[in-house]
Amino acid sequence: MQKTLSGSRILMEALLAEGVDTLFGYPGGAIMPTYDALYDYRDRLNHILVRHEQGAAHAAEGYARVSGRTGVCLVTSGPGVTNTVTGVADAMIDSTPIVVIAGQVGAAMLGTDAFQEVDVVDMMQPVCKWAYQIRRPEDVAWAVSRAFYIAGSGRPGPVVLDFTRNAQVEEAEYHEERVRFIRSYVPVPSTSEQSLRNAAALINAARRPLVLVGQGVELGGAQAELRAFLEKADAPAGCTLLGLSALPTDHPLNMGMLGMHGALATNRMTQQADLIVAVGMRFDDRITGRLDTYARQAKKIHLDIDPSEINKNVTVDVAVLGDCKTTLPALTALVSQADRAAWRAAFTPHRDEERRIVIEPQVHPADGPLRMGEVVRRVTELTADRAVMVTDVGQNQMMAARYFRFTLPRSVVTSGGMGTMGYGLPAAIGATFGAPERTVCLFIGDGGLQMTIQELGTIMEQGAPVKIVLLNNNYLGNVRQWQQLFWQRRYSFTPMMNPDYEQVATAYGIASRTVTRRDDLDDAIREMLGTPGAFLLQCAVEEEDNVMPMCPPGHDVDDMMLTVQ
Amino acid sequence: MNSNTFASEIATPEAMRTASKFPALDDGLTWYTLIIVSENLAGVLNQITNVFTRRQLNIESLNVSPSGFEGLHRYTVTCRTDEATVKKVVKQIEKKIDVVLARFYTENEVYVMEQALYKIATARLTESHDISKAIRQHDAKIVEVNSAFSIVSIEGLPNDIVALRHKLREAGGMLQFVSSGIVAVTRSANEELANLLERRKREELTIEH
Repeated sequence: MQKTLSGSRILMEALLAEGVDTLFGYPGGAIMPTYDALYDYRDRLNHILVRHEQGAAHAAEGYARVSGRTGVCLVTSGPGVTNTVTGVADAMIDSTPIVVIAGQVGAAMLGTDAFQEVDVVDMMQPVCKWAYQIRRPEDVAWAVSRAFYIAGSGRPGPVVLDFTRNAQVEEAEYHEERVRFIRSYVPVPSTSEQSLRNAAALINAARRPLVLVGQGVELGGAQAELRAFLEKADAPAGCTLLGLSALPTDHPLNMGMLGMHGALATNRMTQQADLIVAVGMRFDDRITGRLDTYARQAKKIHLDIDPSEINKNVTVDVAVLGDCKTTLPALTALVSQADRAAWRAAFTPHRDEERRIVIEPQVHPADGPLRMGEVVRRVTELTADRAVMVTDVGQNQMMAARYFRFTLPRSVVTSGGMGTMGYGLPAAIGATFGAPERTVCLFIGDGGLQMTIQELGTIMEQGAPVKIVLLNNNYLGNVRQWQQLFWQRRYSFTPMMNPDYEQVATAYGIASRTVTRRDDLDDAIREMLGTPGAFLLQCAVEEEDNVMPMCPPGHDVDDMMLTVQ
Repeated sequence: MNSNTFASEIATPEAMRTASKFPALDDGLTWYTLIIVSENLAGVLNQITNVFTRRQLNIESLNVSPSGFEGLHRYTVTCRTDEATVKKVVKQIEKKIDVVLARFYTENEVYVMEQALYKIATARLTESHDISKAIRQHDAKIVEVNSAFSIVSIEGLPNDIVALRHKLREAGGMLQFVSSGIVAVTRSANEELANLLERRKREELTIEH
């Protein structure tokens, strides 16, 4: 008979079998047997002690985003796992593969309101891809393998394992499990040949096609396949927030970001195109603006791996189901080589208009306080457009997305669907572990930094080389912008009293500098990039700056404000 | 289809025979019957009902029972909505990892059946001519009689069950009413679930080798 192991040790073996080498976690009562087992696996499993479980979930997300691997969190029951709900929901809506393993009271105590007992599976199910309670050590290897298969396959997402204390302590034989098939789960739907032919016919007949590039292209690793498709069809493209690095920023067919704060040209041309080709994106309301007027003149093709996204928000003429890594080349083969110079040229005046009115004053201001856009632009330039861009949520996020430039895939780490303030700092920590060879630049506001500021302790302990660019405007800037534009400048609880962030950084042993003058900006960024390890660069930016252009909520997608009236 | 084919409807009045199987409501919505098949794992029912809750859709009836295929449960759900919504709902249900299949049907695409029990005061039963007439009209059975109460049982279409309930309530003396929620089988010759399970079995073999 094979030697038996405790459920906790089986968990360690099962994680190693899945190729896990990094965990983000925080110990507590109900997960102590597992932490005890982990003590013997420290040489193979690098555990990053965060300062709050929310940080563990976001760090796992950041890790997953840049590496393409599944991020792992280890937390205790009750408050430990409830603190990860935000991160799990964030990972769900942004299709990020993470596995959260949470301690739970012993099976015999379930349902008794035991200390730190919470109904994890029922709580998590609406916001995760799969949740399962492990009540016996015999189930550990199977559940872990199933969890990783579900999290990482098809449209990725978060999985939660609720690990009862008795299942951690009791022993069972360990047999390695390799779940690679689930009867009720089809990760990649089959592609119909007819749909490809119909899509190609629409593309070949189109005179003004516009391709919408979503994160699906990054998740499918189909960046090269996308480029080949775009170039053969000579089709201009716009990228969603999460799809920004799926296509190099300076690619001649990349016409800029889509959506509420996207490029003027892509949003206006959405209403001029005769064909919309959406690839791995979900027609979020921040992309479409007013739905019933959105691109009504255009035929629409939707390539997606998730059948439930088809016709969810926008009704399409042709749906091409499948993995874009294979559907894009199949489509490219059927598409005629085209030259759509006139259509491409139609974007130019709008790009020029935006450059003149919005971009130049933002990235090359002649005088006045520092502006967020110029800080972002100088950081991307001084990293040769090769850094990972992590953002928090708000104006910092939109400015970073607008002015950072991308040459490498998987370079965007931001909370898109959930818009989770407090995401940035822990996600950036995770990104440094997921892509240790890359520079990780975090753009964050004074509001979001304080939401998870305790993770500076994790940075200190781990020496995580996060380049923190704090765009400090002493406001909750995005809400303030909306108050200015739509709520008669009634700044209800958006001005913010801030601590001395340099002193805070110093307390954590993190090098820092504050820039208030334009002349010091380059030198400060160089100092940040040249300093080994983490660095906090505080930029005192114009307090009442606005992210422009802007499609106000509920307006037609091409109805964009360029300046504040 | 011709609704005369239902044995349970033979005793129903002419007006009801040609009417829809479900009570007609003047809200512009359609009755849909959803057939959902899932692995028999804890928490699946919650995941299914959550999809309705998120869209503020009321479940009119719900039945869960073994599917006849090992390890699989079958859910029959009826709800009133529009086609665009029900299409999205079944896709979001089928997206759940443990759900094997979710489909929606209009009333003509399924054979539906429901069971109901009516508990009535025996005193009223014996003195009211309307009650025994209604029981005969609906081909219902009296399955229990004692000095205090009697139990009437019917197996039929939702419409029958509602109509009988109205009649018994009008006649007075109804003490309790319960219905099972409808169960349904498809009227198609294509056995989609069996075919899907066969196909998945073949796919599993190709993955393992």
